[in-house]
Amino acid sequence: MSNIGSYDEQYKNFDWKFSADELEFGLNGMYNIGYYCSDRICEKGLGSKIALYWQGFTGETKEYTYDDIRVHSNTIAKFLSDQGIGEGDRVCIFMDKIPELYISFIGILKLGAIAQPLFSAFGEEALFTRLDDAKTKAIMTTRKHLGKVRRIKQRLPELKKIVVVDAENKPLEGCEVALAMEKMPRVDKFTINKVGPEVPSVMHYTSGTTGKPKGALHVHSSIIAQYITARWVLDLRTEDVYWCTADPGWVTGTSYGIIGAWSTGVTQCVMDIGFNTDKWYAFIEKYKVTVWYSAPTAIRLLMKEGVEAVKKHDLSSLRHLVSVGEPLNAEAVIWSEKAYGLPFHDSYWQTETGAIVISNFPGMKIKPGSMGKAVPGIVAIVVDPRTYEPIKTPGTVGLIALKPGWPSMMRTYWNNKETYDGKFKNGWYICGDRSSIDSEGYFWFVGRDDDVINTAGHLVGPFEIESALLEHKAVAESAAVGKPDPINMEVVKAFVALKPGFEANADLELDIMNFIRKKLSPLAMPQTIEFVASLPKTRSGKIMRRLLRAKERGEEIGDISTLEND
Amino acid sequence: MADDAKKMIIDYVKKEYLDEDSDQEIDENTKLISNGIVDSFSMVSLKTFLEKKFQIKIPDEKATPKAFDSVNNILALLKEFVKE
Repeated sequence: MSNIGSYDEQYKNFDWKFSADELEFGLNGMYNIGYYCSDRICEKGLGSKIALYWQGFTGETKEYTYDDIRVHSNTIAKFLSDQGIGEGDRVCIFMDKIPELYISFIGILKLGAIAQPLFSAFGEEALFTRLDDAKTKAIMTTRKHLGKVRRIKQRLPELKKIVVVDAENKPLEGCEVALAMEKMPRVDKFTINKVGPEVPSVMHYTSGTTGKPKGALHVHSSIIAQYITARWVLDLRTEDVYWCTADPGWVTGTSYGIIGAWSTGVTQCVMDIGFNTDKWYAFIEKYKVTVWYSAPTAIRLLMKEGVEAVKKHDLSSLRHLVSVGEPLNAEAVIWSEKAYGLPFHDSYWQTETGAIVISNFPGMKIKPGSMGKAVPGIVAIVVDPRTYEPIKTPGTVGLIALKPGWPSMMRTYWNNKETYDGKFKNGWYICGDRSSIDSEGYFWFVGRDDDVINTAGHLVGPFEIESALLEHKAVAESAAVGKPDPINMEVVKAFVALKPGFEANADLELDIMNFIRKKLSPLAMPQTIEFVASLPKTRSGKIMRRLLRAKERGEEIGDISTLEND
Repeated sequence: MADDAKKMIIDYVKKEYLDEDSDQEIDENTKLISNGIVDSFSMVSLKTFLEKKFQIKIPDEKATPKAFDSVNNILALLKEFVKE
């Protein structure tokens, strides 16, 4: 029997108070997520239970009990406090998926500071943009990534501390300090900042069509939504062994790779390696993973390796599979049932929603290819893209819209209230995705409503890529669009018009690809570059990405009445 | 071909995928993809480099994370396409 029991009954009768009460959120004035993910679990008598099994790419393993998480996060919180970090300060975590990343996140929250995890593959410019916008006060990183931080430090006057968690004998400079989590004196008692339900907790940067990436700011009461969806969508029970493959540089990795996991008292496993079919299956077998939360891109890569690869391992421990990041195609759902004896359940949400909002639930009929139904407590509809009025006819495509006010809804975009306010129309929060709803209430994803590229479940903004392309010495004009890809859903394709004196050839294409990869990230790197004489523009000079995208997709080009004539 | 190619690929990986301050050692057996040195997205630029250097076209279905997971694996893949 699943945790949720009857979806229909739960949806009909749901109140967020149910989740808050189950979590005892606010008891004795305590609202800090860090407490609920460590100390509270220990107080429930689970202090000696394994909270984290970790495995690195060399095969090294470590394990941490909930009491270890409690004490190490205390140690980090005290260390940061001694370094002058206080409530509301932004502390970036810029590391690979090592234990210090997960535990530092809890420590930052316990202090009442704002955790700002960033994907460790970000290049200098991408890192600078996000630290500059947030006026980040401290960054926690490793030797491997310290060089990138050092090269942008001069441009970040608000950045006061660079904490290196694996410094060992490496000489440190200026405001760099070493923190050796395992070697420092353990801090058994730390006064956790109780905060309040609306106090900021986590900030994740996310990309849009225009402008720079935006910091979606979440508050401590977001845990109310993350906790109940971890229990009802992921079906997590205390006895589960859980593996969330997402990197905590992205919202899935914090909402469900830390908060949702540890607030439910599960044992979770983390493996710090890239994709490798055999190693992934061996990991599931070794730790007897029961619940697996992964991404469609990874699932499609596993499909490519086929059922034969599965048969080399004993994956019988698996009991529930969920996916996230982009729509899960029907073929993948059907294949997973054949390969693992279990279907992947697609879940839908965003950085801005903080937690799952539409999903397939255990025990509920899955329609392969469907996003599922609204999470209890969420009112989800589709609206007309011109009027933002609710669409009542099943099967009609509109914009996915949510009634504002669920606990994990972002409270603002940092420094960008105007864009935040623009997300709300006619009393609805507009997600930016298009979908239809069938007569049984299942959502069917159609596509983005803007130019944002969804590559392997990560949103990449074309503006950021185009701005970076223009910094290449050879590039006169640029446009970035999503090109359909069978594994990643979309990959970045760039259209580039060159400056006089530069020749379009394979050398230049490779040079530009590497330039963007190092400046921004591997995700933002154009997988192909098409050199063109000029880009389609409106008479006002705006690049018509829509035309380029339609061509890539083999779609109708649509209205070109505003296209500038040659 | 093998020794020259091995050195060229190792040098390229060090130059393009490691930070200039990195103390990571790379040899022909170092796991590139599964150790996170070259992620699956960056693999495309490595593929483009190989195609350009060896004047070949590697089909997408052959350009798998496994095939690119070490310099030795890459050399084995190149043998299928490079005429000696």
